[in-house]
Amino acid sequence: MRRYVLKRVAHAVFIMWLVATTVFFGLRAIPGGPVSAMLGQESTPEAAQALRQQLGLNDPWYVQYSDWMVDLATFDFGQSLTTSQPVAELVMQAAPRTASIGAVAVVVGLGVAVPAGIVSATRKRESVDYLATVAAFLGLSMPAFFVGILLALVFGVWLDLLPVFGYTPLAEGVAPWLESILLPGVAVGLPYGAVVMRMMRSSLLEVLDEPYMKTALAKGVGSRVRLYKHALQNALIPVVTVAGIQLALVLVGSVTVELVFGIQGLGRLLVDSMLDRNYPVTQVVILLVSAVLVFTNLAVDLAYTAIDPRIRYGGESA
Amino acid sequence: MNTEFGENRGTYGPGEVPPEYEQSAVAEEFTTTRQRLVEGVLGDRMALFGAVVILLFILTAAFAPYIAPYGEEQTFGFMKEPLSSSQGDFDDDGELEQAFHPLGTDSFGHDILTRLIYGAQVSLLVALATLAVAFTFGTAIGILAGYHGGWVDSLLMRYVDFQWAFPELILGVAIIALSGGLGVVNVVIAIGIAYIDDFARLIRGEVLSIREEEYIMAAQTVGMSDVRIMTKEILPNAVAPLIVQATLMLPLAILAEAGLSFLGLGVRPTTPTWGLLLSDGRQFISEAWWISVMPGLAIMLTVLAFNMFGDGLRDAFDIDEGEVEAR
Repeated sequence: MRRYVLKRVAHAVFIMWLVATTVFFGLRAIPGGPVSAMLGQESTPEAAQALRQQLGLNDPWYVQYSDWMVDLATFDFGQSLTTSQPVAELVMQAAPRTASIGAVAVVVGLGVAVPAGIVSATRKRESVDYLATVAAFLGLSMPAFFVGILLALVFGVWLDLLPVFGYTPLAEGVAPWLESILLPGVAVGLPYGAVVMRMMRSSLLEVLDEPYMKTALAKGVGSRVRLYKHALQNALIPVVTVAGIQLALVLVGSVTVELVFGIQGLGRLLVDSMLDRNYPVTQVVILLVSAVLVFTNLAVDLAYTAIDPRIRYGGESA
Repeated sequence: MNTEFGENRGTYGPGEVPPEYEQSAVAEEFTTTRQRLVEGVLGDRMALFGAVVILLFILTAAFAPYIAPYGEEQTFGFMKEPLSSSQGDFDDDGELEQAFHPLGTDSFGHDILTRLIYGAQVSLLVALATLAVAFTFGTAIGILAGYHGGWVDSLLMRYVDFQWAFPELILGVAIIALSGGLGVVNVVIAIGIAYIDDFARLIRGEVLSIREEEYIMAAQTVGMSDVRIMTKEILPNAVAPLIVQATLMLPLAILAEAGLSFLGLGVRPTTPTWGLLLSDGRQFISEAWWISVMPGLAIMLTVLAFNMFGDGLRDAFDIDEGEVEAR
């Protein structure tokens, strides 16, 4: 087991290196680099040359590349090209906002989706099932930003219950913080929950059809124990996979929803920095996002062993 | 043979079969794939709904100039409510007319219904072109990897795995930034590339099992070229999951286009697209909610229809849910 974990962690680190390298070369291949973007209309060849020198863009690529790797390893991410703020500071400002939205989204998504999937599967073809299925279809079909706009319209503009603009840090109290991220969180969580609910339903239906469920019934196991102990434990495995992989959906949803609610999170930072050709910021945000995704996948894989003791990796005993 | 059924001995004479086994003796009537699909879709209310809406969507896009009540760029009163009309001289004949706006007008004074109808054109175009890109490259990668195996497989699938680790929209944003410009072509390339991995993974899995079939060996024995085997023997036999995947990818492409347009990274700002219209209305949400909500509903209805149709198709083709990826 330990060897398996080490192997997986090494693989994850390798992927991260690959991402860092791709991002490095990819961004430098863009026509019209940061220099022309920063100088704008008044660009002269001399000024551009001076700025390139100052930014270290004149060094040979391998020097830039090794500098970038050393910087990454030492967590020195450099400065934003547009505001000269340290990139780390920008990211540290934005990350908690996106993380808050993501946390609400996951809590809301899973909190609704898993029970809904269970009810839907155990009462197949009853009206509850139809209701949940249609709701999931709607959730799948609405882009997160549209859900966000609808929520803002209903709860912000018409009912005037919740703020629809900006973010209040957790330091200013739990209630204001929650109020500021509840709507964006729900908006991001709805499509996520829809995917998880559909998976929960189909996975549980499949398991309920297994012969061992009949065996349990024949043995006289009570319906509760049958559902929660026998069926759910097996049915949850694919759900965990999907819930983990689809965290990407939460991140993507957050990018657009942050725009709806005027929250300067990682998504805004990423899009803005890309439009400004602000390499240092773009690089770090992409790396951070992919690190979250890669390590979530890792955590999901490792969580299997906890849920399903039958799984033993690489023929080794755990 | 029937003498083995202890209880029925004597009841059924030689050559007779007990009633409970009679069913299995009747072979299931042969149905062609087309029959099966038509019956599957017609018998599934959700799939039928999806098919009808998709048909309407395609017709709307195809005949947009004839259906739209007004011209694409024609302007009327600003931010008129749904079901209201604006008054003015709109056809330059010196007389005042009433122009009815079933869905209202936007902040520029465009009739929203007209913009939505033209937007359907862009959505359909982008979705189909994107599908073509993702399908072509994804299928090529998948077939090559699956058929050749070995280092070709490792190399191509490493790339696919790498791409798979990224959310499509993030990838799309990155490609838009790399290609350095707005426009329909860039959007198509960005979204198309972002969905290559789904097709590649799917088709590779199919090829791995098809490769072992005897007719492939036969084709190799008679000296068919690899390219011919891949296109004439393997591809047609992997078509069912590909069709389902394609149906489920179209709504994702529509969503992705709307998302990119919403972020301001999509098509050029004056093009009528649902995402852009929705994004334009965002700042007027408190005065004129319909500017954002109407295009959102259009996106929702179309995507919903494709999802329901795709689901029905998947059931009709009897494909495992895990095999093709929805989202």
